[in-house]
Amino acid sequence: MPAVENTVLICAGGACISAGEKSVKEVFEDTLKKYSLETVVRVVETGCMGACDLGPILVIYPEGVFYQKVNAENAAQIVEEHILKGRVVERLLYKGDTGELKTKPQEELPFFTEQVKIATRNLGVIDPLSIDEYIARDGYFALHKALFEIGPEKVLETLKKSELKGRGGAGFPTWMKWDFTRKAQGDTKYIICNADEGDPGAFMDRAVLEGDPHTIVEAMTIAAYTVGAQKGFVYVRAEYPLAIERLTFAMEKAREYGLLGNNILGTDFSFDLEIRIGAGAFVCGEETALINSIEGKRGIPRVKPPFPANKGLWGKPTLLNNVETYANIPPIIINGGEWFSQYGVEGSKGTKVFALAGNVKNTGLVEVPMGITVRKLIYDIGGGIPGGKRLKSIQTGGPSGGCIPLEHLDTPITYDNLKKLGTIVGSGGMVVMDEDSCMVDVAKYFLEFTVEESCGQCTPCRDGTRRMLEILERITEGEGTMEDLDLLKELGENIMATSLCGLGQTAPQPVLSTMRYFWHEYEAHVLEKKCPAKRCKPLMRVVIDKDKCVGCTACARVCPVNAISGAVRKPHEIDPEICTRCGSCLAVCRFNAISKVSP
Amino acid sequence: MSVVTCPDCENLFAELDRYIDSVKDNTGVLINVLHKAQEIFGYLSEEVQQHVSEKLNVPLSQVYGVVTFYNFFTMKPKGKHQIKVCLGTACYVKGADKIMERLQDELKVPMNQPTADGKFSIHAVRCLGACSMAPVVLIGEDDYYGRVTPDEVSKILDKYRRAE
Amino acid sequence: MAKIKSLEELMKIKENAMKGLKMRDSGKKGKIIVAMGTCGIAAGAKDTLRAIVDSLDEKGIEDVAVVQSGCFGLCDVEPTIEVHLEGADPIIYGHVTPAQAKRIIDQHIVEGKVVGDLIVKKGEL
Repeated sequence: MPAVENTVLICAGGACISAGEKSVKEVFEDTLKKYSLETVVRVVETGCMGACDLGPILVIYPEGVFYQKVNAENAAQIVEEHILKGRVVERLLYKGDTGELKTKPQEELPFFTEQVKIATRNLGVIDPLSIDEYIARDGYFALHKALFEIGPEKVLETLKKSELKGRGGAGFPTWMKWDFTRKAQGDTKYIICNADEGDPGAFMDRAVLEGDPHTIVEAMTIAAYTVGAQKGFVYVRAEYPLAIERLTFAMEKAREYGLLGNNILGTDFSFDLEIRIGAGAFVCGEETALINSIEGKRGIPRVKPPFPANKGLWGKPTLLNNVETYANIPPIIINGGEWFSQYGVEGSKGTKVFALAGNVKNTGLVEVPMGITVRKLIYDIGGGIPGGKRLKSIQTGGPSGGCIPLEHLDTPITYDNLKKLGTIVGSGGMVVMDEDSCMVDVAKYFLEFTVEESCGQCTPCRDGTRRMLEILERITEGEGTMEDLDLLKELGENIMATSLCGLGQTAPQPVLSTMRYFWHEYEAHVLEKKCPAKRCKPLMRVVIDKDKCVGCTACARVCPVNAISGAVRKPHEIDPEICTRCGSCLAVCRFNAISKVSP
Repeated sequence: MSVVTCPDCENLFAELDRYIDSVKDNTGVLINVLHKAQEIFGYLSEEVQQHVSEKLNVPLSQVYGVVTFYNFFTMKPKGKHQIKVCLGTACYVKGADKIMERLQDELKVPMNQPTADGKFSIHAVRCLGACSMAPVVLIGEDDYYGRVTPDEVSKILDKYRRAE
Repeated sequence: MAKIKSLEELMKIKENAMKGLKMRDSGKKGKIIVAMGTCGIAAGAKDTLRAIVDSLDEKGIEDVAVVQSGCFGLCDVEPTIEVHLEGADPIIYGHVTPAQAKRIIDQHIVEGKVVGDLIVKKGEL
């Protein structure tokens, strides 16, 4: 059998089929036969390539030339020109916004091309259970370099040049933390990895621990060598059992290889790691609370100063970084600080992993240079909003953050810029919300979270957040007053100013931020007793349009509480007293007769 | 003092003791020990807490303090199949609250309380980190269900109902 | 395993493992990587993995290695797998249910034909 020279992918997505893909394929294959090319050219029908408005689409490999709007007539021409004579048929190429010809738009898909993978460099590439594969990707070479070639001073210098900042939320320069701990007095020091990824909506730390556990082992060992520590702890959430399993295995392998434990790489430097499992307390993401938890106590934050760098775990100098921060360390040591700081923008260097979730097409993890605009992240990389809905806002930074509204979509993502907008980069969780999300309800959701997670130690956070939640509950039930809104704001500002730790100091952010950008939604709830997004149950009803209902009974059968009545082939009705507003009927109605209304 | 109703309590306590002996020399292992105890007994009864306190030489008040502080620990028995509904932001935006409601309707129990037959209990959990699959439900330790709709709830439960 | 004490020893492991990653001299025709992060597992990657292994066993295919990896980051199309045959660009498939996994083995591994409708990405990630 002769070797295949070309592979032709024909898009057989629904749109392309309806645009005539089948006849294109037929003509194409017939023409190939005419020139006896059918054995060297393979024609493959693929799934939807996503560019439905350009169909039918045809891509010819190995060059990967992308032809659009192909029809039965010009399909033959493509065979004669491109396959036979090797000439690209220019008039059928995709044209960019400015009319320039693009032969390979698929390789320009931003979801792939915009990414720069540093912290996530090994995810999906290596087997997380194979230390050899980690080594094959330059694993443990950074440790060797630190120990044998450059020494602790140079490690610090490299980190300083890289301008890496803590990726867990606070954004404190990493080299300074390392330097403080190195300079702190004491023979016993500790290294901690904060893997208590508590922000709902962020999952990059889980992905790194599960997909590349050795990078954490290596980075923590480098950190221990640099600051002079002998023992380290990885504090992992109990919700991540797979991460715990893989990290445990990685540690065993590293010990076997002499890369962890006594006499690392044959030197007199010894360091070992232990895993401590969290027990479900969001506040343990705060470094001093986490330290208390490792000590086996209730995870309540300590007063700072003294900072952990001087007085941390069991009163000893302690260095604490989060997973993503550590994952950046080995490549920085190998490639140098300048290599890392070439990415990103002033004040926010390097790359950041973002977790796209919520109402966005391409949910997933993306690592991109800092300074990318929100729009690019959501639309180019994230693929926009599914279901023809409109974007409303992007929530960043979890319960400590706020939202970015439409009008600020072109803001480059940097620590400073997001702070000015009243939110934070945080751990990189980005929850996209469309027009169906009620911003008052979202604020209430986060307050419920913080009320439950407040450790109870200081009054502003313990009592203040509860009072704020009560006000929000009143508002979403249609019982709120304009005075409530003033009180909400005042309370929020007070709690932020007077709470002991980061949790309380940021807890009102989601409320203040939504009040700042979505004031009209608060007003609608208070003044008109209306929920514009039709999400707050007390302020909305589900109704059947009598003119559209054909009485098919589909809704009545699916209603879990039997709130729908009506005879067959007669318009049905929903009893608002019984209805729980679950929306099941909306999903099954094929006549668009059911809708949510807010008075 | 509540009585632990397990057929082979002695063996279970022996298993816990073996674990405690293996880690007792490390400092601050209380939380790890409680994790193990809950894994063995299913929940942390007063009796178990007292036992841990004595074995580790940690005041009972501190043990109780830790047990009540962390969401993960429970002093009440749980159902045989623990249904964990993720209420992280992404899941919330995608309607996890509706899944929660439907589960409670189906099983006719509130959160954190086992069904009459002891088969199920429903728990809310913070982000499981599978946000792209939102809303997510985890049953037991391994059975993840992604992109769950309220109407699928009963079908999912049937699997476990039938398994008996 | 003896403990590593020098750069040379580290290099040696790297070189050997590189071969594995690139599959030269490994005696294998190729490998299938299954993304087994929590998101993948939530979408059913465990069943997919089992179906792949079963299907390979059934057909007596021994020169294709099945390995697991962490999350590819393409959570939207989980479960995802990457088929890496010697001398060809790796292909990433999405939404791979056990049934689709069997199809991929039949068409891609056995017949050498790319399963067009499941492709997410061609080439290195």
